[in-house]
Amino acid sequence: MWNFPLFPDAASSMAGQVDALYFFLVAVSLFFTVLIFAGCGYFAIKFKRVDENFIPAGQKDNMVLEVVWSVIPFFITLVMFAWGAVIFFRVYTPPEGAMEMYAVGKQWMWKTQHPEGHREINELHVPVGRDIKMTMTTEDVIHSFFIPAFRVKKDVVPGKYTTMWFKPTKVGKYHLFCAEYCGNQHSGMIGSVHVMEPADYEAWLAGVNRGETMAQAGERLFTRLGCASCHQEDNKGRCPTLKDIYSKPVPLQNGQRVIADESYLRESILKPQAKIVAGYQNQEMPTFQGQVSEDGLLQIVAYIKTLTKPDAVAAVAAPAAAAPKPATKGGNKK
Amino acid sequence: MSATAIPRVHTPPPPDPPVRPAKHYINATSGLASWLLTVDHKRITILYLISITIFFAIGGFFAMLVRLELITPQGDLMTAETYNRSFSMHGIAMVFFFLIPSIPATLGNFLVPIMCGARDLAFPKINLLSWYCFIVGAVFALATAFMGGVDTGWTFYTPYSSTYANGAVLTAILGAFFAGFSSILTGLNFIVTIHKMRAPGLTWFRMPLFLWAMYATSIIQILGTPVVAITLILVGLERGLGFGFFDPKLGGDPILMQHLFWFYSHPAVYVMILPPLGVMSELTAAFCRRRVYGYHFVALSSVAIAVISFIVWGHHLFTSGQSVYAGMVFSVLTFLVGIPSAIKVFNWMATMFKASISFEAPMIYAFGFIGLFTIGGVTGLFLATLGLDIHMHDTYFVVAHFHYIMVGSAIFSYMGGLHYWWPKITGKLYNDTLGCISAVLIFLGFNATFFPQFILGYMGMPRRYHAYPAEFQFLNICSSLGATLLAVGYVLPAIYFTWSLFKGKDAGPNPFKAKGLEWEIPSPPPTENFTKVPVVNSEPYDYAPGAGH
Ligand code: HEC
Ligand SMILES: [Cu+2]
Ligand SMILES: [Cu+2]
Repeated sequence: MWNFPLFPDAASSMAGQVDALYFFLVAVSLFFTVLIFAGCGYFAIKFKRVDENFIPAGQKDNMVLEVVWSVIPFFITLVMFAWGAVIFFRVYTPPEGAMEMYAVGKQWMWKTQHPEGHREINELHVPVGRDIKMTMTTEDVIHSFFIPAFRVKKDVVPGKYTTMWFKPTKVGKYHLFCAEYCGNQHSGMIGSVHVMEPADYEAWLAGVNRGETMAQAGERLFTRLGCASCHQEDNKGRCPTLKDIYSKPVPLQNGQRVIADESYLRESILKPQAKIVAGYQNQEMPTFQGQVSEDGLLQIVAYIKTLTKPDAVAAVAAPAAAAPKPATKGGNKK
Repeated sequence: MSATAIPRVHTPPPPDPPVRPAKHYINATSGLASWLLTVDHKRITILYLISITIFFAIGGFFAMLVRLELITPQGDLMTAETYNRSFSMHGIAMVFFFLIPSIPATLGNFLVPIMCGARDLAFPKINLLSWYCFIVGAVFALATAFMGGVDTGWTFYTPYSSTYANGAVLTAILGAFFAGFSSILTGLNFIVTIHKMRAPGLTWFRMPLFLWAMYATSIIQILGTPVVAITLILVGLERGLGFGFFDPKLGGDPILMQHLFWFYSHPAVYVMILPPLGVMSELTAAFCRRRVYGYHFVALSSVAIAVISFIVWGHHLFTSGQSVYAGMVFSVLTFLVGIPSAIKVFNWMATMFKASISFEAPMIYAFGFIGLFTIGGVTGLFLATLGLDIHMHDTYFVVAHFHYIMVGSAIFSYMGGLHYWWPKITGKLYNDTLGCISAVLIFLGFNATFFPQFILGYMGMPRRYHAYPAEFQFLNICSSLGATLLAVGYVLPAIYFTWSLFKGKDAGPNPFKAKGLEWEIPSPPPTENFTKVPVVNSEPYDYAPGAGH
């Protein structure tokens, strides 16, 4: 206990930016706190009651003063807001061409998977200096994927994918926490993120990785579950091709358009009726709810992603949050 | 500049020596039934005071277990399950059964009619009903504890609470549900009383600021509480009967529950803090002998807070996967709701300027309040800042922040108010020196307990952790030591208040020489409050008549 740091490690490209904003807020807070404490202290001493019968004169309210001390704090908070919003947008907008990693929360462990197929439990090995995008979900309750040294956190929510990204900048071992209370062993749902030199990472991965990549495993599932029987190359209009759909806008039967991100692919498999592709309203796709595990789903999604040529991805890699935008536009027209 | 430069107005020497009326509301009738079936708002105050004090003790006991466990990094004092149940029971007892009713149901119940110049609340029987709702809720809460407790936290997040949690979740939900109804009924009563039963001459802008605060609080109670009540029922239906509202396996949406829950529970923070803000204005005026500076701004800022508080709930969901743009809207609105609070603090300070400040226990509490409220307020700005909240959400920073507001500030003001009106409620004086000592102890203990948690939070220690990495231990020990001091500070008032009931000097009608209708009637007041309906023909707090306009 005698080794107690008072400030967290800063090991990602975001950490410095978050810390700078933090210190700005600390400075503003200190200024106002000192102002108020000193003011109260000074008044308390200076205007202490000495004469029991003394009644202080009344004061006139001053509109200008009221406006001044409302507007100045307001403008200061607007600066905080804008600065915070910029960082927020950056943290939750994965850059193009990021390395893909996957995580599934489960009471009470983190299962992570590399695209090359290697799986880890409560650990995540990543190369330093690379943008890494996490696509995450959970098999049961809500958890939250939190790496304090990277200053990033995102809840993992059952029934959908959430994403976040980071770029480690310092080799080392860092805490991975579950930040959302998830039951009995919530505080045991912790692990480590190992940031390695790229060469070490490659060597480590080559050493541990055996078997197929996520996409290969996904392809195998794709065949085994019978997806392939409908979604064939020459589907003759029976169902839409899955080629080159990832991260592109898909026209829906109701006139809206959605970006085919991971969440959309997932929903198309589990709840095909939720969003029907334009022109296929008469073709039923059966639901696969309950037939595929979360891990399996991620593999299928990884496989479908490989059906899209990389340059095509880059062209439309819109932020996940922007995805609903085109959809609502179409919806409002009606 | 010296105090002598200020024009002075001399009041005549104090009138009659303190006396205690022979007949008052406490001894008007006797027997247990006369208390349990009373419709006198002052007696219901006493019923509530006793009930919530018991829950404060229960909540405090669980807090103690939590702090004891966290002295060491390993989870060694109790199992994870016991720990999780302890912090959940702590939260449920403190939020639903102490903080939400604290000031409205006790000081509010006592003072709203008196400050209006009325003989009782508009619906005395509904007032009694509200206490019984509270008791039904309390019985469920106690039953929960005896059935082994719940481990969902006071937030009951789905699908954990609805599908996965063990423990008496349904019982706990019913407890919170009934407590919620007691709060709705109290709010309803206050709104009608303030609208309809003000004494002749008591216009809206002649009302004491405490009434404004209670009015704003009541609006939140009657508009917000039904939403959380229904949300909890939906959780109960999903858990008990398998209706799919929130669990995606049943076709529901778990985030929807968070939206519904915080739609009430953020405003509920203001149910907990608006009444303390109102009490603060009363304390500042009385112990500065001064009209509250910027009266209109302070009054309307309460209403502004109540209104804006309904549109900021999404700041609890910044990391939940809610759209980035929604996050931005909620962030900017959250900053906005901070402004009226800042206005109040500045106005209290302006009130102190060139005032005649007396250092009695209630005022010491008031100073403590300003300190804690300032720290709680500025740390709220950190959490409203989107880029920072990503890191700080669900860490000890949040725990520290909301304890500074909901516990530090709210309890300081509650205690300040209790010390200020104790002579009115009981007719007895307590030992003022002990009062000042307890205020200082609680202030020091509180900061020692919760300030380290800000640092822990930024370092990344998540909340609700039974065991934690060793590097967090030092600050956790500081926190637990502070909690010990805090406990002493809380026990002290229990002792000297009880002592004052038996041995205290008679207070007389106005021991603090304060202004306000409540100080014009005997202490303790008679059952009917006023023998003659009072007529109000001056501004509130007219210590120096005619000032301010
Ligand atoms: C019985 C034939 C059939 C089977 C089997 C089938 N699908 Fe489909 N799928 C369809 C049809 C028809 C549509 C278009 C209608 C709709 O959107 O629901 C579709 C749509 C989709 C879409 C959305 C495509 C787009 O362009 O937006 C995806 C993704 C998808 N399927 C994946 C799968 C996967 C993965 C499997 C196997 C687990 C599978 N499908 C099995 C018939 C099928
Ligand atoms: Cu967890
Ligand atoms: Cu809130």
